[in-house]
Order: sequence, then C-alpha cells, then structure tokens
Amino acid sequence: MPEIQMREAIRQAMDEEMERDENVFLLGEEVGQYNGAYKVSKGLLDKYGERRVKDTPIAELGFTGLAVGAATVGLRPIVEWMTFNFALLALDQVVNNAAKMRHMSGGQMKVPIVFRGANGPAEYLSSQHSQALQSYFVHVPGLKVIAPSTPYDAKGLLKTAIRDDNPVVMMESEMTYGLTGEVPEEEYLIPFGKADIKRKGKDVTLISYSKPVHMVLRAAERLAEMGIEAEVVDLRSLRPLDEETIYASVRKTNRAVIVDESWPMASVGSHVAWLVSRNCFDDLDAPVELVSSEDVPMPYNHTLELAVQPTVEKIVDAVKRVTYKE
Amino acid sequence: MSDIKKYDSEFLMKALRDMVLIRRFEEKTAQMYGLRKIGGFLHLYNGQEAVAVGAVAAIDLKTDYILTSYRDHGHALAVGMSPGSIMAEMFGKITGCARGKGGSMHMFDVERHFLGGNGIVGAQIPMATGVAFKQAYLKDGGVTLCFFGDGAIHQGAFHESLNLAKIWKLPAVYIVENNQFGMGTAVNRVSGIEDFHVKAEGYGLQGKIINGMDFLDVYEGLREVAQDARQNGNAWVIDLKTYRYKGHSASDPAKYRTKDELESYKQQDPIVQLKSRMIDAGVLSEEQYRKLDDEVKEEVQAAVDFAEKSEEPALHTMYEDILA
Amino acid sequence: MAEKVPMTALSPTMEEGTIISWNKKEGDTVAAGDVLCEVETDKTSVEYESSQEGTLLRIIVGVDGSASVGQTIAIIGEKDEDLSGILSEVEAEGSASAGPVKEEPAPSAPEAPASPAPRESSESGETKNEETKAAPLPPKEDSPGGSRIKASPLAVKLAAERNINLSLVKGTGTGGRIIQRDIEEFRGVPGGAGAVGGTVTGGAGGSAVPADQEIPVTGKRAVIAKRLSESMYTAPHYYLTTSVVMEKVVEARKLLNESASGKVSLNAFFIRFVAEAIKRHPGINATWRGETILQHGSIDIGLAVDAGNGLITPVVRNCGNRGVRDIETDLVDLIEKARTGKLKPEEYSDATFTISNLGSFGVEEFTAIINPPGSAILALGAGKPTPVVRGDGSIGAATVMKMTLSCDHRVIDGAAGGRFLRELQLLMEEPARLLF
Repeated sequence: MPEIQMREAIRQAMDEEMERDENVFLLGEEVGQYNGAYKVSKGLLDKYGERRVKDTPIAELGFTGLAVGAATVGLRPIVEWMTFNFALLALDQVVNNAAKMRHMSGGQMKVPIVFRGANGPAEYLSSQHSQALQSYFVHVPGLKVIAPSTPYDAKGLLKTAIRDDNPVVMMESEMTYGLTGEVPEEEYLIPFGKADIKRKGKDVTLISYSKPVHMVLRAAERLAEMGIEAEVVDLRSLRPLDEETIYASVRKTNRAVIVDESWPMASVGSHVAWLVSRNCFDDLDAPVELVSSEDVPMPYNHTLELAVQPTVEKIVDAVKRVTYKE
Repeated sequence: MSDIKKYDSEFLMKALRDMVLIRRFEEKTAQMYGLRKIGGFLHLYNGQEAVAVGAVAAIDLKTDYILTSYRDHGHALAVGMSPGSIMAEMFGKITGCARGKGGSMHMFDVERHFLGGNGIVGAQIPMATGVAFKQAYLKDGGVTLCFFGDGAIHQGAFHESLNLAKIWKLPAVYIVENNQFGMGTAVNRVSGIEDFHVKAEGYGLQGKIINGMDFLDVYEGLREVAQDARQNGNAWVIDLKTYRYKGHSASDPAKYRTKDELESYKQQDPIVQLKSRMIDAGVLSEEQYRKLDDEVKEEVQAAVDFAEKSEEPALHTMYEDILA
Repeated sequence: MAEKVPMTALSPTMEEGTIISWNKKEGDTVAAGDVLCEVETDKTSVEYESSQEGTLLRIIVGVDGSASVGQTIAIIGEKDEDLSGILSEVEAEGSASAGPVKEEPAPSAPEAPASPAPRESSESGETKNEETKAAPLPPKEDSPGGSRIKASPLAVKLAAERNINLSLVKGTGTGGRIIQRDIEEFRGVPGGAGAVGGTVTGGAGGSAVPADQEIPVTGKRAVIAKRLSESMYTAPHYYLTTSVVMEKVVEARKLLNESASGKVSLNAFFIRFVAEAIKRHPGINATWRGETILQHGSIDIGLAVDAGNGLITPVVRNCGNRGVRDIETDLVDLIEKARTGKLKPEEYSDATFTISNLGSFGVEEFTAIINPPGSAILALGAGKPTPVVRGDGSIGAATVMKMTLSCDHRVIDGAAGGRFLRELQLLMEEPARLLF
C-alpha cells in the first residue's frame, strides 16, 4: 500500500470527488494559483480550471456565506479556510445559516457543504494563530464535525463529507500535513460516527482525536515499558460521536484519560469526560482525567508554547493517577 | 411615471389583489399578535407592498430566486405561498411552512424559490450571492433578488458580497428596501450617505434608485436590471425608496418619527395609488375593488381559522429537520 | 385510618434494629407510650414505645427480623380495617432486610455458593443476600471522629458482587479511596466479618467435615466492625509501650479494701490514675474533627467490657475529680447493665478516652484500636512477676504490667503521647504523686 502525506490524502479525496460530481467545487484563499497555503489543493486548478477552483478575496464571511447559499441550491462546495482562526470571521454563516437553514425551513432545505482547514496549535505563532477551536463547531446541532489523525482517515472521512447532504466541518492540523501513512489505491469511504481503536490495551483507555493521537500513541509505548497496556481510541468523528466504542473500552479498562489540545472548559474532552462519568460510572475505578491545553492563550515563546499543550509526560502522569501507580 | 395603459387588466388586478392581500394579512397579523396568538418578533410589511409584489412580477421564479430578511411576510405572500401556511407558522403550528420551527422571521418555500426569511441582519446577502453563483456556475439563465433593509448596508457581509459578485460576474440584484429606519435609527444618523445605490460604484457595479411606493415603477425598474443581470452577469445595487407604516417590530411604538411624516407617506400609499390609476384607466371600478377587498378579507380570515384549527407540533418533531 | 409503625432510631448511631420480642400481638389495643416490642440496636436492647394509638393490626417484621430506621415494622389502626392498600405500600418499600414473621428456619443454607450469590430457596437465604448486598454502601452520614468510606464506583460494584463489606477494606487509592485493586486483594479481616460469601467445602474422603456456618452480621457486630475499621483506617495509629511496677498500686488497693466494706477493682484505680494523667496532659482528651480538634472539658473514660455477644464500652463520666470508690460505684452498675444488655445509649457513647484490659486472660501486652470519638486507648496486659533493678541498685522480683497506648497521630504527637504515658507510669509506681 502506498504511503502518502496527509495533504496528499486530502487532495486525493477532493480530486476524486470533483471528478465524480460536477457540482463539487473548491473555494478559498490561495487554493488555486498558489496551490493552497499548505499545498493541499496542489494541481486542482490545473485539472479543473477557474470555474471549479476559486481563489477568493480575503473575506471569510463573504465567501463562506456564498458557499452556503450555493449549497442550498444544489452545488456541493468545499470551503477551505486557511486556518480555523480566520473561520471565526465566518462563524455567523456557519452557525446561523449552514446549521439552521434546514431547521428554519421545516426540513425544506439541505446544505451539502464541507468546511475544512488547519486547526490547532502550530509553532511559534502566538495566540491568534495557534488555537484549537473545535468547541465552536461541535457545540452546534445541525453541523457534523470530523477531526482525522491519519492520511487514511482523512481521505476516507473527507470523501464521506463531500457526499453528505449536511454541513460538515473537517478540522485538520497544520502539523500533520506532512505526516505520512498508508492509503490504499482503491476507493474507500469511512462512515461518520465510528471511532477507531488505534491501539489495543486492557489497563487504561486513552481517548483522543486529531493531531494529539500521535502523542497519545507515543505515551502508550512509554506506558507499555512501565507495564501498563493502554487502549487508544481515536474518535475521528466528533459529531456524531461514537459513544459506544468509548464505553466499551472504558468498561473493559475501568479508567479513562482524555487528551484534547483544546482549552479545558466546554471542550470535546470535557464533554466526553462527562459522558464517561455518567455512562460508565459503576465501571470507573478512578475519576476521569482530562489532559488539555492550559487555560491560557498560546504564547510565542517555544518553551512556553510546548508547556501549554498536552505532552507525553502529562499523559503518562494522568495514567499513573488513574491506575494509582503514583 | 409609467404608462398604465400598456398593461392588461388581469396583470394589474393580480398585482392589486396581491398588495391588498399583504395589507389585510398584516393587519390581521398585528391583531393576532395583540391577542397573543403569535409570539416573538413580528416585523410588518404595511406600506412596502409594492416592493415585494413588483419584484415578483418582474422575475420568473422557475429560474430565479428571492431571499430576504426577517420582514418577510410580504415576499412570502407575493411568491404565492398560501396565507394559511404563513399564519399557521406564526401560530407555531405543525401546518406552518416551517412546521412551527421558524415563526414570523423564517418563511420559506423552496419549491417557489423563496429561500427565506433570515433573522440576522445582512446574513442572507452572501447566501443570495451564492445562489447567484450557482446560476452562473450552471449558466442556467437565472437571477437572484436579494432584499434587505437599509440597516444591513453597513454589514461587512454586504460589502464582501458585492465584491464577490463583481469578480465572479454573478447575476445578483441587491435591493435595499430603504424604509428610512434601521430599527429605530434614522438612516442619516448612522450612514454617511442616504442614497445607497452609490455603494455599487466602489465595487465596479451599477446602482439605481427606484421608487418603492409605486408598483409599476418597481416592476419596470427591477425587470430591467434583472434582465441585465441574467444576460450579462452584471450585479446591481438598487436603492428602493419605501416606507414602513408600522414600527420596526410589533413591540416598537415608532416614536422616533412624527405623525405628519407618516401621513405624508400614506398619501403615496402604493395600494391607493395603483387603485386610483386603475380606476382612471378604466380597468377597475369601486364596486370591483370592494369585492376584491371582501374576498381578500375572507381569505385572510380563512388563514386565521386554518392556523387556529391546526395541531401543535408533537414533541418528537423537535428532533426532526436538523440533519438531512 | 391505618398507619405504618416505623422502626425509629433507638440509639444515636443505630441504622438498623432487630426485633427481640413483640410485647403486643396482633389484635391488641395499643396506647401511646405502650411498649410495642423490644429491639436490639447496634449497642443494646431497647424498648420500643409506641407513639401511635389503636389496634395492632399487623406485625410486619417478626421476631429476629431486622428493619432499618424508617422501615415499617407493624400497622396500627382500627379493627377490621382494609389493609390491602397500606400493605402494598409496605411491600413497595422493598423491605430489604425485613425478617420473616414466621419462625426462623434453619440458620444457614448448607451450601452457600461461592460467587455471585444466586437466589436461594429459603427465605432466610434471600434475606441474608439482600443484607450483604446492601452492606457495602458507604454510610449516609459522617460518624463522629471517622469519615465516609470513599470507594471508586467500580470498587463498590465489585464489593457488592463479592459480598465484601467495604468498611473492612483498606483503601490504597488517592486519599484512601478503596479501588478495584483493594477489593481484588482483599482476603478478609482475621476474626472479622469480611468476605461473607461462603465457600463450598470440598468434602473429600470418608470423614465427615463440619459444614461451614454463616453468621449474619447484624446489630452490634456490624457496628463494631464498622466503627473500629473506620477508626483503624482513618486515624493514623501509633503505639507506645511501657512497663509499670505494680507493687504500690496493689498495696494501695489492699489498704483500701481492708479498711472499707466492698471491694474496689483494679480498673477503678486505673481509671483514677488515667484521669489524673489526663488532667496533667489535657491534649490527650481530644477529638479529631477535620477542621478543628475538640479538647474535651470532661474526662469521660470508657472501659471495654465483654458483654458476651460483643464488645461494649460503658463510660464513667467526669472522672477528673472523683475518688476510686466513687468510680467503682459507677463501674459496678455499668458493668452489670452491660452484661444484661440494659445499657442506655448515653451510658456507652462518647468516651473521650478508653481503657481495654485483657489482663484477666493472661495477655501480656497488646495494641488496641482507638474508640472514637476518643483519640487514644490504653491497652493493659497481665501483671507478671518480673526481676527488676530497684532504685538502690539491688535486684528483686516485682509485679510488672505492660501497657500500650494507641494514639491518633492527627491529634496526639509522639512526644505528647510519651509524656502522658510517662506521667501515668510515675503515678502508678508512686501513687503519692497524686498529691503533687
């Protein structure tokens, strides 16, 4: 099976779906001539032309709203936000229009649209450009939200997203665009709402998604050296959320550590912690732990910015707490 | 002033009837609001009837689309939605056009190409631009009319949309229903200019002022720009001067303007004007008008009765219509 | 109108009581104040006085049946009333530990299953299962000097499955939380009622093996188990042992007993000496309350007494300024009541210091578990002839007793405990020191 980069996997998904369906088009800042700020859309302008690969002005609210409108009348836009930090400018169109049109019209409308781009902390970017903003989107009924960690998952999930008749937000990570992984040549789709067990274990369940999954897997190796077999659940899809896989794992291991690079308050992690506490209460041998970013804006200084985020050490410490191995 | 004699009586009668229907419907709606049959925000269209009716007459909803703001009853009736489904929606009943989920601000009829009913000031403008994008993308010859109030002019969404419409040559007509007040604030207190068609110029588009108190002016004016938009991919900004008789919403006593001002606009009432011109032209008698008015009143009462008799939505419907 | 007669709390710590006898039978007229039945509480047996009037229509909890506080034990009303409504309400209480009305059947099922206990055919079996199932739940309220049992939800579930009483399990998790590991490693407490899910005895070969006996943990036994394990696992104990040459105490007692009618016990002397030592070291007479330490004004000394069916600790109040004879009068009365189960709650509660004397069993020395709300307990062994070096350097034989003080380190530091014990030792070896 060929090993390809994350950016290539995403590009393949868009390419295949654009080829399959004429109504699919891509718009965003620098997606065309520049081949994408992170080179995710490389070659698509050449292949599909100006009609279907649209370089936009820097006007997130406008081009996002335009895409929402186009989706309500039958097109299937892919909106690339250069990063989710800038998507905040378009939040009104996502929350008040994309997520609400079907509801407000009593089921008359549908909004088949994909919003995607880079989310989460990168490096040396300070507080406006290093934010994990998934809470803003998962909070909203009427949206679907996915956050893949591997090229394989990204391609399969994005193809599903483009075919979905609902607004789907795909949160990628700048730091993983260069990450390689096996992706089959034949076509495949990954359904939403299915978590993936990235590592089997019996002693503790580590729940994560997106970029931090790789750190969690490293932590699991460290834990294995200490004799603790961690099970790693990659949520992949945040809304809908695969609660059953989470519960099945926690009921087996009796302890859960959630790793989420968002801020701790009202996050995916805190929500999952609540779900586990509520639904696995009698199976828990320790309080659910949440390893999140510190509750501060991201500093520029590299030592500080690393200290703000989850680390292998923080994860290992949390596991020690829930296994009473302190 | 355009020559009324160019138009056949059927066309004029329909326009008159639609305008009277909106007026009577809104009067009844205000009453139902007072009786607490309708809750929430209620934005009435009295006085602006010529705009919606003239605009709908100017386009073909088989290919064309209309989007508007929360002051949407007039457009909903003008595109031909049944008064019953609109009233029932405001009553929150399951028979409402949005199954009781939208209310006054969110009238939709996708089949009739009426895409709402948006409650966020200016939020429909980029969406309408996207609808026009689809028309350009598929080259289907359609045009999109996007209505909004003068209050929305200063939203970034408006300006970003104009630019996109220009660079991608989108068949969009941006229509400011300039009723002189953004909620309770007079236009001249929040805007450097009072004629908004000039906003077009900054984006390389064309603009135009249209008298919104006259049905034929609206009809002819919008027909011309819609044609240009659909044929040449030129987007337009129309400053359509109109006046709302009522407050911004049902909870607004409209103390920020004088009775004299309101009266002076009522002299130019679009219904009175069209009616008298039709009588002058010999296509309408007082008798016929009374009959038309009576029929409309009956139709509006029937809408209220329908809404009254309709069922409340079942609780489980709260989980429906969220995802496709 | 028929009314339910609820079990009420007949002692400060009672959560459940067992009916020893019914003084009224169904159909009898009951006036307010009449004794309805006799109830064994966690500490003693108490008469249940009715506060309701009417005819005793139905006894719900029969003799030897137990009921938790609030649970219906009988129904009082007017003769010939229809009870179907109220009876279904009573049934709905889910009477977890309601005893059988009829005569108690055989004490235990011959083959108790290992795990997890399925339904047994006899009613007593069901009763027992439900009791043990309920047992692991943490107590509802904080008991004085102790704290709530903290256990992970999983541990609670596992303990219930395995019929393990959580109060006997030592928690090794954060803050003493009982966790899965603690349940899995739990092997029961020697002599205590630990894992009560019986085992099947493999009766190999010809010789008859006596069947295991399963003794339900109820009333007093359960309270002893709970309170002492709470004490053991929440109060950090440490132990100080010293020896006392008993000659002068023995002499003093002899002197007194010769000069007066009626004998004064050694225990009265011990109480007297301890009270004096406490007066000189009042920090010993204290209670741990989490946020504060309560130093008691009154010196209330409990004496552990074997009441036949379990330990009880009658308390001699305000010993600070009382002579041995006075103390002895109280002791005689209290011990008699203890042995006949007649102690009232106020006579056995709230000792600020406790003495446990196992000398009569020949025990040389031992360590005792602190009896809350006190923060220290003195364990006395048997006096034994021992060679001693006297003050003048000569060697001789003397009766020497070993005594061990258990202290709650949260309240009493080692040095404070040491000073107290030294004081006590000096007082006992030279009673004249009582004067100065």
